[in-house]
Amino acid sequence: MMRQLALLGALAIASAHVTAQTHAGYPIQTSPATGGDGTVQQSDTNAYSLPQGNLSMTRRLDFSVGNSFFRNPWVEAPASTDARDGLGPLFNTNSCQGCHIKDGRGHPPGVDEPPVSLFLRLAVPADAERDAEILRKHGFKPAPVYGSQLQTAALPAAKPEADLIIEWTPVKKTLADGTVVALRKPVYRIENPNYGPLPDNLLVSPRVAPQMIGLGLLEAIPIDDLQALHDPDDADNNGISGKLNQVWDLATEQTLPGRFGWKAAEPDVHQQSMGAFAGDMGLTSSIKPTTDCMPEQNCERFTHGGEPEVSDKVANFVTFYAKSLAVPARRNLESDSVQQGAELFNEIGCAGCHTPRHQTGQVADRPDLSNQTIWPYTDLLLHDMGPALADGRDEFLANGNEWRTPPLWGIGLAQLVNPQAGFLHDGRARSLEEAVLWHGGEAQAATERYRQMSSEDRTALIDFLNSL
Amino acid sequence: MNTKLRPAPLALTVAALLTAGCANTPWSSEKSEPATKASVVNHYADLAHANYEDALITARALDEATDRLIANPNEANLAAAKKAWLAARVPYQQTEVFRFGNAIVDDWEGQLNAWPLDEGLIDYVKADGYQHELGNAGATANIIASNSINVGGETLDVSSLSPSLLADLNEVGGSEANVATGYHAVEFLLWGQDLHGFESGAGERPATDYARGADCTNGNCERRGEFLDAVTDLLVSDLEWMVAQWAPGASDNYRAQLTAADANQGVQKMLFGMGSLSLGELAGERMKVALEANSYEDEHDCFSDNTHNSHYYNGQGIQNVYTGTYRRVDGSLLSGPSLSDLVQQSNPELDARLNNQLDASMEALGLMKARAESRENPMAFDTMIAPGNAEGTRIVNGAIMALVAQTGSIEQAARDLGIEALSPDDAGHAF
Repeated sequence: MMRQLALLGALAIASAHVTAQTHAGYPIQTSPATGGDGTVQQSDTNAYSLPQGNLSMTRRLDFSVGNSFFRNPWVEAPASTDARDGLGPLFNTNSCQGCHIKDGRGHPPGVDEPPVSLFLRLAVPADAERDAEILRKHGFKPAPVYGSQLQTAALPAAKPEADLIIEWTPVKKTLADGTVVALRKPVYRIENPNYGPLPDNLLVSPRVAPQMIGLGLLEAIPIDDLQALHDPDDADNNGISGKLNQVWDLATEQTLPGRFGWKAAEPDVHQQSMGAFAGDMGLTSSIKPTTDCMPEQNCERFTHGGEPEVSDKVANFVTFYAKSLAVPARRNLESDSVQQGAELFNEIGCAGCHTPRHQTGQVADRPDLSNQTIWPYTDLLLHDMGPALADGRDEFLANGNEWRTPPLWGIGLAQLVNPQAGFLHDGRARSLEEAVLWHGGEAQAATERYRQMSSEDRTALIDFLNSL
Repeated sequence: MNTKLRPAPLALTVAALLTAGCANTPWSSEKSEPATKASVVNHYADLAHANYEDALITARALDEATDRLIANPNEANLAAAKKAWLAARVPYQQTEVFRFGNAIVDDWEGQLNAWPLDEGLIDYVKADGYQHELGNAGATANIIASNSINVGGETLDVSSLSPSLLADLNEVGGSEANVATGYHAVEFLLWGQDLHGFESGAGERPATDYARGADCTNGNCERRGEFLDAVTDLLVSDLEWMVAQWAPGASDNYRAQLTAADANQGVQKMLFGMGSLSLGELAGERMKVALEANSYEDEHDCFSDNTHNSHYYNGQGIQNVYTGTYRRVDGSLLSGPSLSDLVQQSNPELDARLNNQLDASMEALGLMKARAESRENPMAFDTMIAPGNAEGTRIVNGAIMALVAQTGSIEQAARDLGIEALSPDDAGHAF
């Protein structure tokens, strides 16, 4: 019920703000209902954990079932029930919430903490011809023996793949007015490899767990709308290219556009979720019948937790949950600084990739996600982010400099939900300003304009981001 | 227009005096002023107070029964202690509706009702029937068999088992499955592990687990008795504290705070508690998850196979709050101004529907209870959720759907009463 009332509130505010619908060629959000009719009003530590506000009562029950499987830990097989067994033997964590903390972002480990909500994807350079089949279906060539990601935890009778050590190098950025901002750059070391030496040509790509809100809405954006933004050769000459990834769809066994994951390597929420079960928790599912345990690692000696370990029923509940987490409403929309920041966001070019507004299409069985005006601030396309953020590792059409534009909705609550949350793909940025200053490549010009801004304008831009 | 003279002021005064003076006086809307949000919230506090008092009365009886078992361990005393535990669950499960929306209850209840638990923290378990959380060092710590336990790199002295030590051991090493106290710890100490899986049968702990000398089975009987003594003492003192929080006439307890605040807040807490327990907790976590996963590890009162009663009295608690009535353990009926009276004033059709839906839920939960307790071929909740059990699935689903239906009307009632947001500002529960 709070949703319907929230909507009434939203309409009231929207009608009070009929001015300034666009600025600098991009739309300006004047309604707090960032996620459309399903937007929720909560803005505390649980702000990311609520079901779509316009979900029917029976679907909210399904949400709570999915939530149970998302939140509770999975256990070693054999256990006397099929429900939650089959963990590992190699894994990064034992529950979805272990990384998506309170359905929010993960973070790099603190001092003397093992990494949990951040891991390294692994690969070795591929040969376009010889490795064509694996590139078509997997997007990259996994490292021999260690596979596609470094799993730093294992069942008691197995050994974790290795320890991941992160050290931080200080980096200073000086703004035009002389203000110095201290950033930190991660340096990764893999120590104590337990399955033989790592290859010399190993490519690593750090990934921190992203927030879970609004995923069903992002999936509901018509692909034609993303295709229309796709401009790989920068034909419109605005310095921003934007590339729709093309990835392997396991369910239909064909190449389809990718929109989820830091490099948009997954076509939909279900495949992304089953990928996380397989890679992060060592759990098989119908569409991902193998985990990231390689034949050389001898995982067959461990009892499996069913075939598949994540039953279709449980898989569908978890995917339903992941597609139904609501987006929180905007706060402080009335503030002068926030309104000024919104215009600056468009003016300096942030909105060139962080596309403010989309309209969802019709989704079968999901009226709550259908035909909604949403404000995710993403184009879901790949962009060159420059050498400082590059991982040097390809994934389908994404090259080593490219990352998918992450949505910005709810970002102002990220550190309320998880106080340790960091920004960017590896969580290196401790604040939104740090995150802005790391943007290079296609975003270099926008970052440079930020650098030139007055202190008041910079505050306004950050106030705007915090109001999302 | 009715012009008949009525001694209304006098009747009202008498009714008010009776209501204030005796908690058991039936209250009827005909002979009193129309219910207001304030009177409804005040009666809600009365109801909570009576319900916690009953939980305390039955917990004291449980404490005494376990003392007798410890002093004189035989099967009759074990059976009497189990009976006392089952009786204590009846009022306690009805209080769970107060948990959601009242942070003071939610923050407190973990020490009394935390679940699921890795019972190997407390006592011996049979290894191949025992599931526990991976990496939880506490899961096999066996406090009863140890003078010190090592959890999370820390060595803890557990040689002297006091209520406060057991309370401190909850979530030792950071795992929520490490539960040393509350109803489920007592349940495990009386019944033992349920090794029957989906088959009928609960835990089968022998009374000789508390015997002295050579008769002692499974070792450490005296320590087991000390544990049981401490954990039941703690249960009683925890409930004493909560009874005091809801007691009338105090200026510094929770009731004083609740009744002094805007009555809309109290009404919001009432409806939020009903809706949260109804949908997310009872229909979702406690029934649909267990059913969909066919997981008896997701069963609530798993050692005693009393889950059907746990669910039934949860449902009863929801109905109590709406109707403002509560059947006390001594058989008397408490009643007073209710949410139902308020909704009746503004939307009689909705009030009738919600009352029917609450009745339907109790009927569906009653069917589950009857089936579990039937003399011939009883079917416990853990059997109902077994894969391929069509009858069990139908019974559990029936209860789930009834709860879902009533939650829709609870939300509508909230809108009707002008409650703008059912989201609580505290523990972060959602419906």
